[in-house]
Amino acid sequence: MMRVSKITIGLALSLILCGIALGLEQFPPPDFVETEHVMPSPTTPNPRLDVYEYVDAVVLLAALGLSSYLVLRKRSRRAVFVLMLFSLVYFGFWREGCVCPIGSTQNVVLSVFDKDYAVPVVVLVFFLLPLLFTLFFGRTFCAAVCPLGAIQDLVLLRQTKVPRWAESALRLIAYVYLGAAVLFAATGSAFLICRYDPFVSFFRLTGGLNVLVLGGCFLLIGLFVGRPYCRFVCPYGVILRQLSRISKWRVTITPDECVHCKLCEDACPFGAIREPASEWPAQDYKKAKKRLAVLILLLPVLMLAGGWMTSGAKRVTARMHETVRLAERIYSEETGQVTDTTDASAAFRATGRAIEELYAEADGIRDKFDTGGWIFGAFVGLVAGVKLIALSVWRQRTDYEASRASCLACGRCYKYCPREHVRLEKLKEPTGEL
Amino acid sequence: MSENSKPIGRRDLLKDGLRGGCLIGLGLVAGSAAHKNRKVDMVWQIDPYTCASCGNCATYCVLEDSAVKVVQLYEICAYCDFCPGYFEPEAELEPGAENELCPTGAITRKFIEEPYYEYTIDEALCIGCAKCVKGCAAFGNGSLFLQVRHDRCLNCNECAIAAACPSGAFKRVPADEPYLLKRADHS
Repeated sequence: MMRVSKITIGLALSLILCGIALGLEQFPPPDFVETEHVMPSPTTPNPRLDVYEYVDAVVLLAALGLSSYLVLRKRSRRAVFVLMLFSLVYFGFWREGCVCPIGSTQNVVLSVFDKDYAVPVVVLVFFLLPLLFTLFFGRTFCAAVCPLGAIQDLVLLRQTKVPRWAESALRLIAYVYLGAAVLFAATGSAFLICRYDPFVSFFRLTGGLNVLVLGGCFLLIGLFVGRPYCRFVCPYGVILRQLSRISKWRVTITPDECVHCKLCEDACPFGAIREPASEWPAQDYKKAKKRLAVLILLLPVLMLAGGWMTSGAKRVTARMHETVRLAERIYSEETGQVTDTTDASAAFRATGRAIEELYAEADGIRDKFDTGGWIFGAFVGLVAGVKLIALSVWRQRTDYEASRASCLACGRCYKYCPREHVRLEKLKEPTGEL
Repeated sequence: MSENSKPIGRRDLLKDGLRGGCLIGLGLVAGSAAHKNRKVDMVWQIDPYTCASCGNCATYCVLEDSAVKVVQLYEICAYCDFCPGYFEPEAELEPGAENELCPTGAITRKFIEEPYYEYTIDEALCIGCAKCVKGCAAFGNGSLFLQVRHDRCLNCNECAIAAACPSGAFKRVPADEPYLLKRADHS
């Protein structure tokens, strides 16, 4: 028996050595008659315990609750800052920034469009909890829980003011980013937000050079412009903005009444404090009305144009999907445009699948990008149009107020308000004589 | 704030209504996602039967030391004297260290009995380049193959290697069955 197996192995080996590739030759497994050697089995170390995932969810819940309390009730910037540091260490450096609520958006989208993918419970909790809290307390998640916000908040050295129109225009990036992230997640092409997460490589202390440079740039800009990622890029922030508009409670700069002292005007590094405004100047009123009418009429045009353009670019956008890239590669190989093969095309040919099948699959994905492109483009058009309209609407305001949408609830403005000092009894209540 | 005693304005009513709508919306998202509920987490794993052993695993992982390592499934291994995963194919019948295929010398070769040798992976040295996987699959039984090692893997939401995988071998698998080992089918 042993002799036979020895001979077969020897024969097979000599065949290989003669250069005759036999392909998938199966050698019989040895039976160790002499030594009774026991075959080891490979180790299979387990992933991180699920329990820790639930601990993360509980910590998130606690941090959100505490953040809301510290911002809205305690009104203490120092306490918010300490909580922010904790979140940076826990969600950032300890949990290494993954999974985060920003990225979890894509998991939820993918689970809606891909019947085979189900969101793990904890990822769903990470997506929903900050939204829920924002709906009631404003963006307290951004203030002290999000590690990406925290790392930028820490490096802010000297704030520069960004003009309102520039801020509004730059924020369009975030809407486009959200739209693109949803489009690519829904089609199963890529998780864009994770791929270009600028700070995760800092949290892990390792990562690709490109992303490291990207994060470095954001931090460099963040020295002078408060939280550039949060304000102009963060796709989750876009959702939070809208929910924050209708939040039940909100950051109020003054604890009781605004005395129009203008002291808070420069307090906000994120350009979220709105000054009081009276009614439209009468001479501009007619012109403004006409402009508004034009902009409202322009809205559907922008949406259609956006949809038409992005769906027209489906051949390009669809290349984000690996199957489409593979199909194009195989096509150019088949038509003789290229002579060599890639890893992907070689792997595909090794499976023996029919090429037509691949082409059909790629066509199906392109169709998805056609429909998705219409929706994405219309969304971007809608946002751009609404932004134009918002810039030309005059909002009447009697006091200095934190913008519901833009306020990141960091609590910096509180101590600028003299009424706050009265509340904290650092200042005597002024009498009528003063 | 709603401490003041003035009657609820139109704006507040609208906001309350919208907030209610959003709550229902979030509830629907939660409900539909919970409908397909998956209680355990998902982790990344390589299907060894789809893997093209291209070598991307060694370079694309966000970790400096890739989380992908070679696994030796001993029950498939033929314990070859001249292991095509261990030696360069051009090497003459000279089992010497200079003829090793592995760039980091992560495979140890141990004599068991004539003519069988056991090959073990030293994970600390293995970089997941799949050179041995290719050799073993081409001329041997294919007992060497790549797996994501979960004591190292960070379980990124989007795996950087999965995005670079040419054969679509990366899959999300439930965390309670985190490995896709080959099956022994010779018996």
